[in-house]
Amino acid sequence: MDNTIVATNPSTTEAAVAEEHAHISLPQHRHHFETEEQQREAGTFGMWLFLLTEIMFFGGMFFAYLLYRNWYYDAFVVGSNQLSIPLGGTNTAVLITSGFFMALAVWAAEVRKRALLMLFLVLTTVFGFVFLGIKYVEYHEKWELHHIPGAHFDVSQFVNPKAYGLKEEPIAPDMAQKVQIYFSLYFAMTGMHALHMIIGVGILFWLMWRAQRGDFTSGYVAPIENFALYWHFVDIVWLFLFPLLYLINRHPM
Amino acid sequence: MSEHQDPSNVTNPEHSEHHIVTPKVYAIVFVTLLFFTWLTVKAAFVNLGILNPVIALAIASTKAVVVILFFMHVKFQSKLIKMTVGAGFFTFLVLITMTLSDYISRAWGLW
Amino acid sequence: MSATSSTILNLPDQRTASLPKRSYLNNEDGLMSWLLTGDHKRIAILYLISITLFFFIGGAFAGLIRLELLTPQPDLVASDTYNKLFSMHGIIMVFFFLVPSVPATLGNFLIPIMLGTKDLAFPKVNLLSWYLYWIGGIFTLTALVLGGVDTGWTFTTPLSTHYLNTHVVTAAMGVFIAGFSSIFTGLNFIVTIHRMRAPGMTWFRMPLFVWSHYAASILMVLGTPVLAITLVLVALERTIGIGVFDPTKGGDPLLFQHLFWFYSHPAVYIMILPGMGVISEVVSTFSRKRVFGYTAVAFSSVAIALFGFFVWAHHMFIMGVSNYSALVFSLLTMLVAVPSAIKIFNWSFTLQKGSITFETPMLYAFGFMGLFTIGGMTGVFLGALGMDIHLTETYFIVAHFHFVMVGGMLMAFLSGIHFWWPKMTGRMYPESLSKLAAVTTFIGFNLTFLPQFILGYLGMPRRYHAYPPEFQVLNVLSTAGATVLGVGYMLPLLYLAWSLKYGAIAGNNPWQATGLEWQIQSPPLTENFIEIPIVDYEAYDYEWLAKKMEQEVTTVG
Repeated sequence: MDNTIVATNPSTTEAAVAEEHAHISLPQHRHHFETEEQQREAGTFGMWLFLLTEIMFFGGMFFAYLLYRNWYYDAFVVGSNQLSIPLGGTNTAVLITSGFFMALAVWAAEVRKRALLMLFLVLTTVFGFVFLGIKYVEYHEKWELHHIPGAHFDVSQFVNPKAYGLKEEPIAPDMAQKVQIYFSLYFAMTGMHALHMIIGVGILFWLMWRAQRGDFTSGYVAPIENFALYWHFVDIVWLFLFPLLYLINRHPM
Repeated sequence: MSEHQDPSNVTNPEHSEHHIVTPKVYAIVFVTLLFFTWLTVKAAFVNLGILNPVIALAIASTKAVVVILFFMHVKFQSKLIKMTVGAGFFTFLVLITMTLSDYISRAWGLW
Repeated sequence: MSATSSTILNLPDQRTASLPKRSYLNNEDGLMSWLLTGDHKRIAILYLISITLFFFIGGAFAGLIRLELLTPQPDLVASDTYNKLFSMHGIIMVFFFLVPSVPATLGNFLIPIMLGTKDLAFPKVNLLSWYLYWIGGIFTLTALVLGGVDTGWTFTTPLSTHYLNTHVVTAAMGVFIAGFSSIFTGLNFIVTIHRMRAPGMTWFRMPLFVWSHYAASILMVLGTPVLAITLVLVALERTIGIGVFDPTKGGDPLLFQHLFWFYSHPAVYIMILPGMGVISEVVSTFSRKRVFGYTAVAFSSVAIALFGFFVWAHHMFIMGVSNYSALVFSLLTMLVAVPSAIKIFNWSFTLQKGSITFETPMLYAFGFMGLFTIGGMTGVFLGALGMDIHLTETYFIVAHFHFVMVGGMLMAFLSGIHFWWPKMTGRMYPESLSKLAAVTTFIGFNLTFLPQFILGYLGMPRRYHAYPPEFQVLNVLSTAGATVLGVGYMLPLLYLAWSLKYGAIAGNNPWQATGLEWQIQSPPLTENFIEIPIVDYEAYDYEWLAKKMEQEVTTVG
């Protein structure tokens, strides 16, 4: 027969070997995988490879930040001091909490508790929305103050802070112009991060719909597990963005 | 089934029993992360000179490692996954350091 | 059934042979069964048709470029138009032909079969990859139709961000989307190779074709995202004025180049590694000998991938990087040439004392070995700082990369297409016509690009559509060569299409090659194997093959 490979060790293919793991064939088992574990591990591996692309994607912007913070330190200090630590810190806590609930959601799926899974997914989403809401408030404030890079960028607050009742030191006009680079990176990085959050929230809605039907509480946890990886990764990006953007030189002189 | 003839360890990598991380572990990690967040904010208000950004990054990296190991289960996964995570950060570091080598050495002037 | 001394081609008796009743081609009918397929083989064919289309679009631009360069005066097209011609030629050829060429067609088709499995790890992601390719392609063609982009394929700032009013954002988005197509292909390959090999298929029993694709996939996954963010930043700078690369706002245009070339240098290895994988298979088969130094070739693929990440600034030596940084990158560039050279040595030693025959795939492979060596060595010249200062931005560079990409990669692609055509279609192509095409391509190629080396060191700059009259003779030679080359590329299009209906029936293993793909029917079944194979022999084991064929003969008799 042209299509078969003659198995040169025929004895092992038919041998009765003790099954250490119970192999229930789930309806989601794809035919090209031999076992459930293989499919699950392949899925996790694939998701991690995708996260590697995300590391390199954000990496470019992190480098730009590193460079310009070094070149224009004073402008970055001024720019950073424009941000609100209470809001940023709260957002960090919010995102960490959201990640906590997502981890619990994975656990709930693994131990097959549908109601708990739904609860945790809902909480994850709610905290995700809180994060985005606070972000919107922060962006709106920047819009009001003309700190969005572009034609309407206004440096007067940095050149003459006393006139605005601020206790900051003034900086030279050319360095003040560089604050625009700080805000360029601020909006690019947090904006890209927020975009990933929005996509994540969208996927969460889909997951909640399917979890409601019991899709993930009969042994098939891969979508929850792999989405959790994505969600935690987006969280990690924020864990770096917060100190880098909000906490530059906050100590008094 | 051919999974028992698996010398290249493909179908059941390292025969890992699927480890379920408990809510208790997650809770400890959660509190740890909140603590480090508080710590990094506090540290920002202390004048440590050049150490400020170093400490901020160190704290952020610690938080990231904790999230990766526990929330993302990497501590309990196969060597392949661990190496994959390492490879990602390695490549990121190559991007940062080698590009930086240009910018740092510009200030050294011509030959 | 034994081969004559001049060819190893072993076709079944054409009077009784027929295509298999059931195969991946006739398994399901209708357009939707193709457009919604998860079958890696069908996706490979979809890609093959797509990249062929883009190849001829890019080739048309090349034709126009060479036509303009027949005369020293800028008399055919306006300067802006000329800029658009070479930009579109580059963008289409690099991103829509070369990067997906071997991986998305031959890689998709063969990797699961070579590994002894039924499909890639993520068939739906594979299909998504093809759709992303087309969405990116449509964005790029839209940019073309709306008037084109004239930044060069390199989108260099601040030209691309501030000084042009052409459709940079559209083209950049097209490339961005196509980049994800590439990422998903690479991701699929990595997971499949790590986790879906057949029982007994250890890493060191895999065909070298798979090793090359593994290395290229690592580059795709880790490098392409940096291009993605770079293009996003360019788009943001053009649209909302984020000044990351803008000197007036304090940005550094050179930062763009660092980020761009961080991908685009590994990109050239993404392009060439799969081709090298093809050459390993072809050289082995047509010398009837296992590849010399299998381990060295396997590790050199991974070494190329690794070192490929460390050399990107050699595209920026004259752009303003520090001297010290240039020195470091120059040294590293010398290092990265070594693994490529190792492969050439290994292929040469494979040929030594082999039983060499000169079928079409082998002709292309010989062409590859010679032309890639020239291209590679000229790359080493360019890696030396002193030489690069004079040769950069001249036609020397153009000749260098066309030697490696066209003389190298495209020849490897054609070699692979011819080699695996019988497997993919069940039909054989006409041998004498294909040999003619191969020789025509080789002659045309040399006539086109050898003069460009000379033009380069005489000082003719690249990307200029006017030049001093003393360069005309060489330019005319180059254009003449391009015409011959064009004929050489048209021929396979015609006879391969012809062979689909009228070609000889190929049978399972017309080349008497080793490798799991040659043990199954041509064209393969959708599920590839009736029974998952168990592999207990090494790669390129011609003795095993001879014993197996002997067994087959005696049982039939």
